[in-house]
Amino acid sequence: MNKGTPRSMAMKPARQNRTQRSAGRRHPLATAALIVVGLLATGGTYALFTTSATAETSAAAEATIEDGGKLFAANCATCHGLNLQGTKQGPTLIGVGAASVDFQVGTGRMPLAATGPQAEKKPVQFTEEQVSALAEFVASKAPGPAIPSAEYLTGEGDASEGAELFRINCAMCHNVAGAGGALTEGKYAPPLAGIAPNHVYDAMLTGPQSMPVFNDDNITPEQKANVITYLKYLDETPSVGGFGLGNLGPVSEGLFIWIFGLGGIVAITIWLTARSN
Amino acid sequence: MANDHDGTPDSSIVGTTVEKYGNNPPPAGTAVVASDRIQNPGFEPYRPRVADLDPAVEKAQERRVSALFFVSIIGSVMAVAVYIAFPIVPGDMGSVRLNNLLLGISIALGLLAVGVGAVHWSKALMDGHDMVEQRHGTRGTDATRAKAVEVFTLGNKESGFGRRTLIRNTLIGALVVSPVPAIALFRDLAPSEDPVPLLKHTLWAKGVRLTRDPSGTPIKASEVTLGSAFHVIPEGLEESEHPLEEKAKAAVLVMRLKPADLNVSAGREDWNYEGIIAYSKICTHVGCPVALYEKQTHHLLCPCHQSQFDITQEAAVIFGPAKRPLPQLPISVDAEGYLVARSDFTEPVGPSFWERKL
Amino acid sequence: MTTTEDRPAVTAQKSRGARFTGWAGNYLDERTSISGLTKEVGRKIFPDHWSFMLGEVALYSFIVILLSGTFLTFFFQASMVEVVYQGSYVPLKGIEMSAAMASTLDLSFDIRGGLLMRQVHHWAALLFVASIGLHMLRIYFTGAYRKPREINWLIGFVLFILAMAEGFTGYSLPDDLLSGNGLRIIDGMVKGIPVIGTWISYLLFGGEFPGTDIVGRLYVLHILILPAILVAAIGVHMLLLIINKHTQFAGPGRTNDNVVGVPIMPVFAAKAGGFFFIIFGVIMLIASLFQINPVWTYGPYDPSPVSAGTQPDWYIGFADGALRLMPPGLELEIFGATLSLNIMIPLLILPIFLALVAFYPFIEAWITGDKREHHIADRPRNAPTRTAIGAAGVTFYAVLWAAASSDLLATHFRLSIEGVIHSCQVLLIIGPIIAYFVTKRICLGLQKKDREIALHGFESGRIVRLPGGEYIEVHEQLDEYERWKLVSFEEYQPLTVLPDAQGRISLNQRVRSAASNWFFEDRISPVTSKQIESSRDDH
Repeated sequence: MNKGTPRSMAMKPARQNRTQRSAGRRHPLATAALIVVGLLATGGTYALFTTSATAETSAAAEATIEDGGKLFAANCATCHGLNLQGTKQGPTLIGVGAASVDFQVGTGRMPLAATGPQAEKKPVQFTEEQVSALAEFVASKAPGPAIPSAEYLTGEGDASEGAELFRINCAMCHNVAGAGGALTEGKYAPPLAGIAPNHVYDAMLTGPQSMPVFNDDNITPEQKANVITYLKYLDETPSVGGFGLGNLGPVSEGLFIWIFGLGGIVAITIWLTARSN
Repeated sequence: MANDHDGTPDSSIVGTTVEKYGNNPPPAGTAVVASDRIQNPGFEPYRPRVADLDPAVEKAQERRVSALFFVSIIGSVMAVAVYIAFPIVPGDMGSVRLNNLLLGISIALGLLAVGVGAVHWSKALMDGHDMVEQRHGTRGTDATRAKAVEVFTLGNKESGFGRRTLIRNTLIGALVVSPVPAIALFRDLAPSEDPVPLLKHTLWAKGVRLTRDPSGTPIKASEVTLGSAFHVIPEGLEESEHPLEEKAKAAVLVMRLKPADLNVSAGREDWNYEGIIAYSKICTHVGCPVALYEKQTHHLLCPCHQSQFDITQEAAVIFGPAKRPLPQLPISVDAEGYLVARSDFTEPVGPSFWERKL
Repeated sequence: MTTTEDRPAVTAQKSRGARFTGWAGNYLDERTSISGLTKEVGRKIFPDHWSFMLGEVALYSFIVILLSGTFLTFFFQASMVEVVYQGSYVPLKGIEMSAAMASTLDLSFDIRGGLLMRQVHHWAALLFVASIGLHMLRIYFTGAYRKPREINWLIGFVLFILAMAEGFTGYSLPDDLLSGNGLRIIDGMVKGIPVIGTWISYLLFGGEFPGTDIVGRLYVLHILILPAILVAAIGVHMLLLIINKHTQFAGPGRTNDNVVGVPIMPVFAAKAGGFFFIIFGVIMLIASLFQINPVWTYGPYDPSPVSAGTQPDWYIGFADGALRLMPPGLELEIFGATLSLNIMIPLLILPIFLALVAFYPFIEAWITGDKREHHIADRPRNAPTRTAIGAAGVTFYAVLWAAASSDLLATHFRLSIEGVIHSCQVLLIIGPIIAYFVTKRICLGLQKKDREIALHGFESGRIVRLPGGEYIEVHEQLDEYERWKLVSFEEYQPLTVLPDAQGRISLNQRVRSAASNWFFEDRISPVTSKQIESSRDDH
């Protein structure tokens, strides 16, 4: 599997462009635009090739540390270092535990496709077996938070306690209805609708990216299960009063009444005062 | 009008507003009245509607209107049926949704159909000719105004309101002062004690344990791992006299950073415990809870007005309308390893107020 | 009308329905002399234009609010006594909350139609304020506030403020997390008022924030004194409307001295009555299909949590936006006293903005010096400076409003909060200026176009070859009725400075002349009959 080739191929035209045009007048934004184009091109090709890699390796079914190690070397080591020690491009993974891998790789955030304010959720690049192989490999190198046990993920806990914990610990970033919210400098807390229970648990336990850690001493596993129960309740219960308008509160309600409410009524007034033929 | 006026040369009217424009039109200001402006062509001839000409169409329109009224009756009756047929099952949100949806749609049908029917009736079948009504100047006629002035003049003469200035002035004084008791009455909207000392103190004091919100269980220093954020209330909050009021001042966010990341100013060296720090959650702008902690940048963001505080710089404001840093709660650990406050906050928490430093 | 004429001898020949109407009319008139009122207003004329219905939208949504609100009072408990919720919404079971919140949940989930009425009430409230806003814009842009209607504009403005006050007090009643944080912001703003702020907050909340009194107090304001003032002000507003009669747009046969339209009985009554049901129906339909203010997801108020995306209802948004746009560091200490300029400035700017809105008719009247009555509504393009000022004001308001959702703008358009806020800060200053000049140019351009069409007709799209080989496009002349709509507006000249009897020029006159110059310098004169004749000769 040769990732180097497409990457350099994609970079070349961009570079040529730059040298050719640097002689003439160039808009200062042009450089920035070219870098973006170049990054997108490399990222896109990279993503393409890793997906095909997935298809090839999926034949190997057994999830073992050894397989995980190979996957890690091929897909993660460039940024995180062969020994998880981290590089300039990526943080160390020593001690992050299996739960971190389960969240980051299992939600598609890793491998990173493009730089930006934060890693985005995107289609998962590996099979479930591969994700757990990677997780086991990372966990084997240094102890860290483990993948949650299934008993906490059933969503059959106390929704009421979960809702209260959610309001106190989560709602300020993720919104009370789990609709997500803004952070500083273009970062954001993602919406929580339809997120798999294990990923919710992983996130609370490990605190991915900007999110703080909620370890088991802060929010116990039973309490985490209750939070998951509440989120499941939100997912499964339809918005009671009708369409929820994105659960964005007064802003979407205000826009709705101006555009559709008052807009519709103005249309009615035009009909009302038009002369009948 | 002019004759009316001249016929009654009442000295009391002269110089009053009745005289203002006399029988001249009011001034037009700087408006240009062109002599050769285009003249109003008068009304357009009436264009008959289809229903005016064709009795068959008229009949059809009539049927349409009554059909709409009939639909309205169906809608209203349906609403009653839905009310009975789709009850709310306690705890089943789906049943509430269905009840809301069907009941609302039926009532809306009943209302919309009768409304549309009435409007259609007026548009298609009622007389379609434009009608004209003349306007008259808004001001009363000179005769009416003279009468009104006379009423006041008589009132003044018979009461002596203008002449007896002592009575008049004391009356005005009495009326001005009369609402004063009402202002005093509002004093007891709040208890008699001075609010300022209350705003300057919270439940925190030396040795008060930091406990989890909402359970109230104490927190060991060892439990606050790197990158954690704990939402904290003082021990014994629930047992206090006014829990919500105390919580509104005492809510605290506890985080743990690497001690090397903290820039500690002189006098605050022992306010953190091995990188565990506690800051008031109440924004110094207008008091929203500032609880959006970004683990990587160590910034706190207020979701209401976007003030940002840098935890590594003792919560200094780095963006937004707030001015002051969030107050820091000095903390330490007790003999059992639980986090405790070293003292109350050293300054008032929450939004600024006039007497904050007085 | 038939009431006084119906005599027993005549009724004998009439149908039973007519006889009953006659009897009822006679019965009422002998006790109320209602025939006089019917005679006066029964055939009053209302001009027909879609934009004349906007005030009615406000009136009807207010009636809907009164009806649905009354239903809600039967179930709502305006008390902040702590109770433990044991109702049917699972994620709040066993949670401590105020009786206000618990009763709101109960009326939503355990009373059939309760949720519907809550949603009707809240949607109607949003529509009420929105329609007042649009109604005011219509009045403004057509100059319908000019003499004799300045006082009615002021009353309408008071209604707008009352509507916002009603909205805010109502929004705070359920004592949920969203409204509680809204009150927290109000508390913070009040505390920022110099000298008396602390005490006002203390008296308002009956002690320290949040206290246990505020919901009960806001409830009394919300259902008693504010609606009472609102109803009274609406009454005066309508009375003055009847006295002044409605304005109308220029049109053939329409003059400043007449009203052309449909009579109250029967056409307008049917239309307006039908329109009430339509408004009620539309609100009902929205309430049945779209959720509003789901207090159960917000949970009860607690001073510690807060939700991302905490915003007030739309009409308070401009105030929230003003708070967000304050540059950092605006707080002073003078002789130990704390002066919160970051709160004071919005608290001053917003009333100044609102005062300009309220007193605009008087300012414009002073500039024009026009003391005549105006019953013909201007087309916005025919008053370019006024329209441009309005556009600037709307832009100012809109930027503040947009700033109140800065966080949602950031997440939904993938921007940074900081970028959105900085852009809004810049836009707040230059946006109105750009809007002013652009709008003025657009208005003048449209006026020129009107003038061209009035003079030369419109392009018919028909190309004709002349005997000489030349091709021309045939211009079709307007008929006189169409043309009248384009030419019937008034032109004003800037005021020239003239010395008074003593040969002095007062400062008042100088200022007024400068204002008048600014107001009327750029203008297009209406086409005169001579010009039309000479343009005909050209063809």
